[in-house]
Amino acid sequence: MYPDEYGRFGEFGGKYVPETLMSALATLEADYDRLRNDPEFQKQLHFYLRDYSGRPTPLYFARHLTEYIGGAKIYLKREDLNHTGAHKINNTLGQGLLAKMTGKKRIVAETGAGQHGVASATVAALLGLQCTVFMGEEDMERQALNVFRMRLLGTEVIPARSGTKTLKDATNEAIRHWVEHVTDTYYVIGSVVGPHPYPMMVRDFQRVIGDETKQQILEQAGRLPDSIIACVGGGSNAMGIFYPFVKDASVQLIGIEAAGEGIETHHHAASIAKGSKGVLHGSMTLLLQDEYGQVQPAHSISAGLDYPGIGPEHAHLFTSKRASYEPISDREALDAFVTLTRVEGIIPALESAHAIAYAAKYAKTLPSDAIVVVNLSGRGDKDVHTVEQLLEGTL
Amino acid sequence: MTMRGKVAIENRLRTRGERVAFIPFVSAGDPNEEYSYQLILELAKFSDVIEIGVPYSDPLADGPVIQAGSLRALQAGMSFPKALSLIARVRVVTDIPIVLFTYVNPVIQYGPEHLMKSCIQVGVDGLIIPDLPYEESEEMRTLTNQYSLALIPLISLTSYDRIEKIAANATGFAYCVSSLGVTGERSTFVNNLEDFVRTVRQASPVPVAVGFGVSQPQHIKALSAFADAVIVGSALVRRCGDIDDALKQEDHEKAEKALADLIEFARTLALS
Repeated sequence: MYPDEYGRFGEFGGKYVPETLMSALATLEADYDRLRNDPEFQKQLHFYLRDYSGRPTPLYFARHLTEYIGGAKIYLKREDLNHTGAHKINNTLGQGLLAKMTGKKRIVAETGAGQHGVASATVAALLGLQCTVFMGEEDMERQALNVFRMRLLGTEVIPARSGTKTLKDATNEAIRHWVEHVTDTYYVIGSVVGPHPYPMMVRDFQRVIGDETKQQILEQAGRLPDSIIACVGGGSNAMGIFYPFVKDASVQLIGIEAAGEGIETHHHAASIAKGSKGVLHGSMTLLLQDEYGQVQPAHSISAGLDYPGIGPEHAHLFTSKRASYEPISDREALDAFVTLTRVEGIIPALESAHAIAYAAKYAKTLPSDAIVVVNLSGRGDKDVHTVEQLLEGTL
Repeated sequence: MTMRGKVAIENRLRTRGERVAFIPFVSAGDPNEEYSYQLILELAKFSDVIEIGVPYSDPLADGPVIQAGSLRALQAGMSFPKALSLIARVRVVTDIPIVLFTYVNPVIQYGPEHLMKSCIQVGVDGLIIPDLPYEESEEMRTLTNQYSLALIPLISLTSYDRIEKIAANATGFAYCVSSLGVTGERSTFVNNLEDFVRTVRQASPVPVAVGFGVSQPQHIKALSAFADAVIVGSALVRRCGDIDDALKQEDHEKAEKALADLIEFARTLALS
C-alpha cells in the first residue's frame, strides 16, 4: 500500500522541507495515525460531513448532456452541492478537527481560487480556530469575492507578493509562516501535495467522494463505471474519486490537466504532459521547470488549476500507468462551462469544466451502454465574473 | 598544494583562536556577476569561510531579503552553471573555504554526482541544502563522503531528539538555526539558544556555527561565548539591494560607495 513508511508513492513523495518542520511532521503523522482510528474523531467527522456539509452528495445521471453529446452515459458526482460550493470542505473538516483535537488554536492555509481558503475560513469559524490564509496577489484580484467571503468569516487574508503571485507562491508563504509559528499553528494544506503525511491525509479525507460514487453507481447502474474523469491541479478531487477504484482494474481513471493556451505554448499548467521529475513544496513529483530546476510559472483560465506541480500519488499513478492524464485548453473548458449550464442548468466551476470538456469529447467515442462518471468538483458562482468578461457580447 | 574539501572548512574553523569565526552569505550574481565577484574577493580577505547561494525561484527557507537577492541575481542572468563558473574565478585568487548553498531541486536537475565533480573542479568545499533533511539525505551523504566534501546539516530549535543523529553525521560544521522561521535579521535571540548550541556541540564531531537573524556586532559578541562561528546573510544581502538601486539609477559612483559600505559593515562584524 502507498505511501510507504518514508511517505513515498513509488519514486515520488517524501519530505523535502526545512529541518524546523521535521518534528512537527513526525508529530502530525503520529496524531493522524491515532485519530484516524479513533471512534470519537470519526463520529464527529461523519456528523459534520452529513449535517453540516450535506453529504452524501448525489450522483446525478446527466440525461440531457448524455443525449446532447450522443454516446456513453454521463453521470456527475455533485461535489458542487457541498457547503461552500466545492469538495474542499471534505478535507478542511478533517484537518480542522485534527487541529482542534490536538489542541491547536491557530490554522494557516494557502489558496488559489479561494475555494480552499473559504473552506478553511468556514471550518475555523465553525470550530473556533483563528485562521490566516495566504493568497497570491494576482489571485486576490481575480477572485475578489472569495477574499471578502474569507474576511467576513473572520479570517485574515495575506497577499503573497513573491514570485508569480499565484498559488505556488501563496504555498511558499504559508509554509514560511508555518516554519515561524510551528509550535502553536496547524497548517491545513488544500490539496494532495506537500510533504508526507499531507498527500496521504488529504487523499484519505477526500476518498469519501469515491466511496460514495462506488455505492451510488452500483445502486443506480448495477455495475462499476468504465471511466472516471476528474480535473487535476494539485489533484485532491481526482485523488478522492480515484482512490477507491485504484484496485478495480476495469475502471479507467483519467485526470484532466489545464492546457491553458495550449501545451505547445508556454502558457499552460500541464505538469504531467510537459513536466519532469523534481521537488516542489516538500515532495518529489512532476513539475514545470527549466533545465536548471527553476520552477516555471503555470497558466490556466482557472485559478484552481494554475499550479506548476501535481500531487506525488498522481505522478505515481501516471508512471505506473494506472491512470492517464489528458490536457484541456482554456477555450475547451469555457465551451463546456456554457454547454453544461445550458443543457443541464448546472453552472460548473471552471476547474470542473475541464473534466466536463474531456468527458464530452470522450463519451462521443463510446457506445451508449458505456458509463462515464465525471467529478463535478465545484460550482461556478465564483467564476461568473471571469466568464462574463470573456464572453462579453457573445451571448 | 592547499587542502580542499571538508577538511579545509573544519581546520579553518578549529584554528580560529579566541575569536568567533565569521561566515558571510551572499547570493551568487547579486546584484550582478561583476559586483558579486568583487564582493566575494573583498569578503575573503577577512572572513573564515564564505557561503555562496545559488539563486532559486522558490527559496522556501528564506525570508524576503534573501528572496529579493535571489531574484536580482536571476534577473541579471545567474544560473547554476554560471554560479559554479563564478566560484572558479574566485578560486584562482583566494584559498578561503567555500560552501555552496542550494535548494535540492537544482541539485537533482544538475545531477548529484555531476555536482560532486564540478565542486572538486571549481573549488567548492562543502554544501548546504536547506530542504534536504536527514531522512532524505542518504545519497548526498554517501556522495559527499566519497568526494571528501562537507554536507553541512541545519539543526533547529525544534529538532529535539533528532539533534544527536543529525549532528553526529555533520561534516564541515553543524549549522544551528538560531530562531524559528526563515532567514532574516532579528533584534534578539531566544533564551534557550545557548543550551541548544551546547547540546549540538556535545553531539557534533565538527565545529558549530550559528545563523539566521545574526546581524549586529553585539549578537556576535554574545554568540562568541558558545559558538565556533557565526553566519551573517540577510544583513549583507539587504545592502546588495542598495548597490542594485544605485545601478538602476545608473549612478555608478553611488553603487561603488554602497559596495564599500557593505564591505566595511562586514569587516566590523568580522572583527566583533
